[in-house]
Amino acid sequence: MGYILNQDRMQVILNELQKDYIIYAPQNKVGEGMYSDTDVVRYERIQQIMDVEFHKKSNYSFKEVLLPISQTLFYYTENEVKEAEVERKKGAIIFLRSCDLHAVKRLDEMYLKNGFEDYYYKRLRDNVKFVVMGCENSFENCFCVSMGSNIPENYDIAIEERDGLYYVDCKDDEINALFEMSDEQKEAVTIHFVQTNDITVSIPENLSIDVIKSKMWDEYSSRCINCGRCNFVCPTCTCFTMQDVFYTDNGKVGERRRVHASCMVDGYTEVAGGGSYRKTNGERMRFKVLHKVYDYKKRNGYHMCVGCGRCDDVCPEYISFSNCVNKLEGAMEEITNHE
Amino acid sequence: MNNEYMPFVSEILDVKKHTDIEYTFRMSYTNETEVKPGQFFEVSIPKYGEAPISVSGIGKGYVELTIRRVGKVTNEIFEHYVGDKLFLRGPYGNGFDVNLYKDKEVVIIAGGTGVSPVRGVIEYFSNHREEIKNLTLIAGFKSPQHILFAEDFKKWEQNMDVIMTLDTNEGDSSYREGLVTNYIKDVTITDYSNVAAIVVGPPVMMRFSVSGLLNEGLKEEDIWISHERKMCCGIGKCGHCKIDDTYVCLDGPVFNYTKGSQLLD
Repeated sequence: MGYILNQDRMQVILNELQKDYIIYAPQNKVGEGMYSDTDVVRYERIQQIMDVEFHKKSNYSFKEVLLPISQTLFYYTENEVKEAEVERKKGAIIFLRSCDLHAVKRLDEMYLKNGFEDYYYKRLRDNVKFVVMGCENSFENCFCVSMGSNIPENYDIAIEERDGLYYVDCKDDEINALFEMSDEQKEAVTIHFVQTNDITVSIPENLSIDVIKSKMWDEYSSRCINCGRCNFVCPTCTCFTMQDVFYTDNGKVGERRRVHASCMVDGYTEVAGGGSYRKTNGERMRFKVLHKVYDYKKRNGYHMCVGCGRCDDVCPEYISFSNCVNKLEGAMEEITNHE
Repeated sequence: MNNEYMPFVSEILDVKKHTDIEYTFRMSYTNETEVKPGQFFEVSIPKYGEAPISVSGIGKGYVELTIRRVGKVTNEIFEHYVGDKLFLRGPYGNGFDVNLYKDKEVVIIAGGTGVSPVRGVIEYFSNHREEIKNLTLIAGFKSPQHILFAEDFKKWEQNMDVIMTLDTNEGDSSYREGLVTNYIKDVTITDYSNVAAIVVGPPVMMRFSVSGLLNEGLKEEDIWISHERKMCCGIGKCGHCKIDDTYVCLDGPVFNYTKGSQLLD
């Protein structure tokens, strides 16, 4: 159903929703950006619709709601372990972009399938509704059209804010009932999704693991500083590392956590005794890029990357992922000609 | 729903010291019939962390874990004694399927702690000798002080061809000297269409051993290897062990060489 609401009326709906749900949305944080006098858009629990940032791309993704940056798995005392309680007792409503909704499918693939079902992900994933925010125009560095993630599938609500009015397309019966309860008029509403981006990528058909041998990766060994920011902002990066912490006032008591991990950062592959794989940053870049546009698809049937471009937005060395993907074709030619 | 991350308590039933830094811990475990050699457990001590350790032995009411003292977790494990408790999760990974080797001429090449994941396979065929045509074990260690499972080797010599070799025998000529690869040509194989080989050890040793076997006329599809990678979860989530589209913890750590050789970090 379509509705058009002003801010006050939209807030009424949001208040109703907050009885059963916690609302997570991107929020513009003034002055908290990477450089001085810059802002950052990050996910927060919000109460007011006016706090939702509709007009900028979030620098960090929604994934932190389902996969907390640091998540306690259990507490331990001597020979006993006690499972950590779930982080939220209510359901969640997550505001996100079309690309991000496509990223949810990737997170589900990894955490609900791929071997075992993940207990901690599942309990945060249950009872979640998704509110897709329209994108009238492509943001900088976006290439969602090339990755096929510009149009959302299976959303509960789509929403757009223009000149103080909220345009809503609701597909969820439970939430539609709320709109009806507050006597909202049904309107024909079209939510916009981008059809073109300035940036396009093309992944060569003949891409194979042989691309490892290309010289193209050397460039990244000298440019990349393996800070891992590209992984932390990526809505589809799912890796974590286990971490045990204990409390300073009682060293026998503590907790095991999992924290976001980056395949770019030292230690990611380190095995007992000090051995490690992929020592150069070029090799790590190759590992990451091929996971996003090659080997994930081999395993799951579709590409992992959703083209949000956040990795390009955040890179302090101005390394462009989309540029790198576009070099793969030349790299495959280089390999083929050498053989 | 099952929470795979919650470890269970397991008691140290026995500790066997092989070298100064390699001990085998016999850990209480009741579902041992469901454990395969080559699988692994995540062993943990709160506040020190978890480490994936392969199963080196399986018996009634226990599993054995041969642990090398090389890091934060394993250092702390070595401070534990019989009667103490450790936390375990698992078993994880595919492990070796002994059925694949039945009625064949079997060659096992293992280096150092690489003996540990194949020990269960060797034990199985040592106890069920009639299930295979013949069995040759080539095992390599650094020096006499580095030998693992010395007692087992004495037993295994009774019913299989055992070639143990050391990088240096330190003047004790009762031991052979040289790399395991030097002895591959000494393996007698009567029918190359009915052979299976298992190679486990450090990456370089595996590479050269496999190439030695291929030179002898073995086919890639008749060779199995086991990979070691960092694993934080053991259940296909944490990502650390992924190589190409393969998760070593789920799809391995045991791979047929036709697949294993394609895994480029």
